[in-house]
Amino acid sequence: MTQTTERTRRHPRPPAPAAPEALPLELAELITDPDTRIVVCCGAGGVGKTTTSAALALAAAEAGRTVVVLTIDPARRLAQSLGLGELDNEPRRVDVPGARGELHAMMLDMKRTFDDIVVAHSTPERAQQIFENPFYQTLSSSFAGTQEYMAMEKLGQLRAGDRWDLIIVDTPPSRSALDFLDAPNRMSRFLDGTMIRLLTAPSRTGFKIASASFMFFSRIISKILGGQLLRDISSFVAALDTMFGGFRERATATYELLRRPGTWFLVVATPEPDALREASYFVDRLSAEQMPLAGLVLNRTHPPTTTALSATRAEGAAEEVLEAGGADAELAAGALRVHAERMAQATREQHLADRFTSAHPEVAVRTVPAVAGDVHDLDGLRGMADALTGPDGDTPTGVPRRRILPARRR
Amino acid sequence: MNPVPSSVRCHVVTGKGGTGKTTVAAALALALAADGRQVLLVETEGRQGIAQLFDTPPLPYEERRVAVARGGGEVKALAIDVEEALLEYLEMFYNLRRAGRALRRVGAVDFATTIAPGLRDVLLTGKVKEAVTRRHDGRPVYDAVVVDAPPTGRITRFLNVTGEMAGLTRSGPIKTQSDGVMAVLKSPQTAVHLVTLLEDMPVQETADAIAELTAAGLPVGSVVVNMAAEPALPEPALARAAETGLTGADLAPGLAAAGLQDVAGLAGALAAEATEHARRWAAQDELRDEVEALGRPTVELPLLPGPIDLGALFELAGRLEQHLRTEVGRADGDGSPSARNERGAERPAGASGGAA
Repeated sequence: MTQTTERTRRHPRPPAPAAPEALPLELAELITDPDTRIVVCCGAGGVGKTTTSAALALAAAEAGRTVVVLTIDPARRLAQSLGLGELDNEPRRVDVPGARGELHAMMLDMKRTFDDIVVAHSTPERAQQIFENPFYQTLSSSFAGTQEYMAMEKLGQLRAGDRWDLIIVDTPPSRSALDFLDAPNRMSRFLDGTMIRLLTAPSRTGFKIASASFMFFSRIISKILGGQLLRDISSFVAALDTMFGGFRERATATYELLRRPGTWFLVVATPEPDALREASYFVDRLSAEQMPLAGLVLNRTHPPTTTALSATRAEGAAEEVLEAGGADAELAAGALRVHAERMAQATREQHLADRFTSAHPEVAVRTVPAVAGDVHDLDGLRGMADALTGPDGDTPTGVPRRRILPARRR
Repeated sequence: MNPVPSSVRCHVVTGKGGTGKTTVAAALALALAADGRQVLLVETEGRQGIAQLFDTPPLPYEERRVAVARGGGEVKALAIDVEEALLEYLEMFYNLRRAGRALRRVGAVDFATTIAPGLRDVLLTGKVKEAVTRRHDGRPVYDAVVVDAPPTGRITRFLNVTGEMAGLTRSGPIKTQSDGVMAVLKSPQTAVHLVTLLEDMPVQETADAIAELTAAGLPVGSVVVNMAAEPALPEPALARAAETGLTGADLAPGLAAAGLQDVAGLAGALAAEATEHARRWAAQDELRDEVEALGRPTVELPLLPGPIDLGALFELAGRLEQHLRTEVGRADGDGSPSARNERGAERPAGASGGAA
């Protein structure tokens, strides 16, 4: 033992490298900049994308911009407070007393958006024919990826109208944040693909060059799914084909919109391993696609009100208080235990945040503390907006908003 | 002691994303495997969450033992691969395995599951049904099958395969197949358990899912309240703190008695944290009432400190085992076993899920 200690003393370990410091994320600047036209909030399901989108939209409207927030699947009470009781697939003005700008909100109705595309690009008889097609009915209501595709489509429509200074988009609650980027292409590839053409239009010239294996394939597909489905798909594709110039072009156009200057992505995560892993994938993907990332919103953190007392010391103090006894000993000990838990949780959260920053030092971070109970009215949204857009260094505890706990002094 | 046989052999676990349904499914599988039973834990979403929980390499498309339970019970796990399941299906019905591989190379399998999204679900639930009904030497191979199912938002569509496929295929073998699956899923052999947290959205989604499942004729099982924390404040103070809030003055005497100086507004800061804690607790209590009002058997699982490892899973499994025992007792008591229940009873009594 002694030997070890001496050795340690003679050869002190080099100090551990300081944890990387995240860059501050100043969202107030981002949303008030007139050049910012689209903000897309992405992240795994359940991290608070919808609330973040709505809070940012509110802040931007209060700062004087004409904003529309496109929500995908808002919680019922939040939807009500934004006046989104009705699913009419059009933006509605939200009354924000004292706001210099305008806040509009809408909830995506994917079936309706799809129907609108069909109506806009075909004759009434053709449209009716398509609406009655069983394959279209499934495609427009439950196809994997339709929601993402229609969210993109709606975003394209909103942007084309030039009615809005700023569009804030919430993304569908898919398992992976990447689905928002992938699904539209997957879907257009599918609808535009050679496979579907060969399969569904045996009378066309394309079929003549198709090999015997394709006939075999077609036979198997109809064996498994039944011939009716193939006939439905065939008539659906034929109807679409003459109607407008291909799904792929449309999807490509909306995808390109996301790369234009003025579009920013905001990744939302909670301080949990899974959510941060998703955020990590998404950040990598955006950088590979050369899409601009504004930063990471780390939602629902648990910063302590004071950091003067560590978790260990708070637990020790709780025991001392109980031993000393007295009228309110139990209450004081309870409060100390609450603090100990809080410090431990904040330490875990900061650790996860540090790990994210080690992997992505270029990504700016803003933490948003959890509130007791859910956000479901304008006041709640305003509170969240303040946490999102307040200056990084301006907090009551002095801990910058890019962190949960103060940086350890070395 | 008289072993109480349970009629439920297919346990489907769903929940809103982030509620920990995979953890609950794994713990439930361990609970059901106690006393020498054979349990299959099925993953349907292809994210290898089960392998992570049991700290094993990614699961292939085959049944692998991941844990051993009390009395020689076994939990095997299977991560269903939709493409593999389709090939298996082609082989089983058409003897087309080689051709199936060729189809896979040209992307045809992916194509087939894309044109008919319900096909994916038919294949997944079909595999579940096969495991539930698989027999060897006249008795079931698995005493119970636990499914880590898609989240609440998609669960009814996932299980209600006939409905989903009806619009697409009115004939053909897939139709026949999905009818067979429905017969098992709608029977009292199946129970759909819902995992929730004491938070607004998960509780609301649980209520919605129960309504949808019930409307679709699918049997709803228990509600599992996951990650339930204990209050750190004494009971009477908790209510007062939630209502009127605490101030530093409430804590200062207790702190002073232990010689803690009120430096830098420590008492005030602690009071603020304690108040927030109490308010959170009060909000949770309201939600607990809402969960109770759903009228389903409910079990609470504690929030465990640290990461979920095998030890933690066994701890949760212990709680679930207790819950299953009381539920089985109750189900037997109210005398509602149906025709399919009797079919279950022809097996040796000790072989089915539940308690010994």
